[in-house]
Amino acid sequence: MLYREAGDFKTSYVADSQTFPIAFDRYRYWAILAIAFLVIPFFINDYWANAIFVPFLIYAIAAIGLNILTGYCGQVSLGTGGFMAVGAYACYKLMTSFPDVSIVIHIILAGGITAAVGAAFGLPSLRIKGFYLAVATLAAQFFLVWLFNKVSWFYNYSASGQINAPERFVAGVAVTGPNTAPWAQYMICLVFLTVCAILARNLTRGTIGRSWMAIRDMDIAAEIIGVNPLKAKLTAFAVSSFFIGISGALFFAVYLGAVEVGEAFGIQKSFLVLFMIIIGGLGSIFGSFAGAAFLVLLPVALKVIGVDVLGWPTDLVAHLNLVIVGALIMFFLIKEPHGLAQLWRLAKEKLRLWPFPY
Amino acid sequence: MKDIIEPYVTPDGRTIGGVLMDMRNITLRFGGVEAIKDISFDIREGEIRAIIGPNGAGKSSMLNVISGFYHPQEGEVWFRGQKRPPMKPFQVARLGIARTFQNIALFEGMTVLDNVMTGRLTHMKSNMLAQAIWRGKAEREEVENREKVERIIDFLEIQAIRKTPVGRLPYGLKKRVELARALAAEPKLLLLDEPMAGMNVEEKEDMSRFILDVNDEFGTTIALIEHDMGVVMDISDRVVVMDYGRKIGDGTPDEVRNNPQVIDAYLGVAHD
Repeated sequence: MLYREAGDFKTSYVADSQTFPIAFDRYRYWAILAIAFLVIPFFINDYWANAIFVPFLIYAIAAIGLNILTGYCGQVSLGTGGFMAVGAYACYKLMTSFPDVSIVIHIILAGGITAAVGAAFGLPSLRIKGFYLAVATLAAQFFLVWLFNKVSWFYNYSASGQINAPERFVAGVAVTGPNTAPWAQYMICLVFLTVCAILARNLTRGTIGRSWMAIRDMDIAAEIIGVNPLKAKLTAFAVSSFFIGISGALFFAVYLGAVEVGEAFGIQKSFLVLFMIIIGGLGSIFGSFAGAAFLVLLPVALKVIGVDVLGWPTDLVAHLNLVIVGALIMFFLIKEPHGLAQLWRLAKEKLRLWPFPY
Repeated sequence: MKDIIEPYVTPDGRTIGGVLMDMRNITLRFGGVEAIKDISFDIREGEIRAIIGPNGAGKSSMLNVISGFYHPQEGEVWFRGQKRPPMKPFQVARLGIARTFQNIALFEGMTVLDNVMTGRLTHMKSNMLAQAIWRGKAEREEVENREKVERIIDFLEIQAIRKTPVGRLPYGLKKRVELARALAAEPKLLLLDEPMAGMNVEEKEDMSRFILDVNDEFGTTIALIEHDMGVVMDISDRVVVMDYGRKIGDGTPDEVRNNPQVIDAYLGVAHD
């Protein structure tokens, strides 16, 4: 009743393979896009932007990136933080070296550089799988953080070892630097997320996405069908790192403004994004959004309820957050490996018939 | 081995062409174990060629040699009149050789449709950027290939389950989906590793009918391994018999049935 697909017939294969085959979903998608682009920017303030929206948008890009690698291609990676750092430092070097070029181009180029680095670190995936690959990417994480700490060229020899985003403008509006309006921060992240999500969705529903999933589900059968495992895995690493690099660049330039690599892009960041896709749903673009939203909102919600309403001490609430996340990870890994996205699909299947199941 | 290279017409009216694949003196060793010992046989265009033999005879190893998983220490593989250099399985697939597996090897997390579409991978050429944007060539190619895939889905009568994840399907249907995926590649040579293992009589009859139909309608050359003698003798044009890595018989089902060595291998022989 609430959610119906009866009478929604397709007359072409194009219509059948679109992203939202059910009309109701399509309307909701356009409605959400309209609200995100036309309503929220006018009401957003500093608190909402910094606590919720901007981190959500940036983490969603990172989660989409990691989901392509881990959820679609089945290659576990613990190097997300390191690859975000590559994006951030690439963006910083580009911004300071070519101040006249648009920041948008810098961010995209930073993604491209990260893609190349990611593909290079993806080379071991041809020989090793699963747990051992995870350890290899962990090595990438530590190496990259060490590299950006050690080689002062990356932070332009600044005394603090930090990188600071200079002020840059898009269409006359500041999007980085201290004078950025919350809505401008929000809009640039939103545009990048929307484009990334559409690109990711198109890639995953097409030939290349199918060859990734084939490698994930059964690599021997994939090979016999004509999937070149080298190409499939390296493109997965490259595309995944491209998105993660963009999110790293945005995280540094737009969200934080000043970054110290170990603090902002440490191993915790790799785990945070991995938790997002586990809770949100492996192998699902929607799951990347759901997981990012969940893990960004959870500490905020706990703080509002625990500290502001119930008056608990702050450290108790912070620890409670960790406990809940840990318990949820275990719950989802055991009960629902496809995460919130699968719960959402099941709810939709139920809603098709509700409240008259016969 | 028979030496007639000229095409001939089978009793049921199909034309068998020239030699498509020629295995010459193949020897395959795993360490000290010789899985295949100096075996030669050919597969001719348009025929259904069976490889039979008791367990451990080396049949699956032979299929793995053809599809590029194993590389024989000695011997040559000739395909379409050319000597094939050592190749990786995905390169063999691009030559037009598709196969199914003894233990089903489908992509469990994907739908039936996606599984079969994956089979068309070697025919899809649009690059990554075009696919990311999904306009023009990529979309057109997707639709063209979808049409071909839908024809195969119709042919194998799996329309009703095309959007079902493969993990939820029963065994018999999975076998059929795997056949569909292999067919989607429009192979010149289709290898079937025990396509009827674990099926009941009715499912076997269905599968035999599909194999015959595939051969008849698409003209696909088929090489299959099967244990059910009744099925093998009924549907195949020529049979290779293997035992302990050696070839002990080769010929039409009738010839093979009356071959004393084959009878010994299957029924045992009195040692006095």
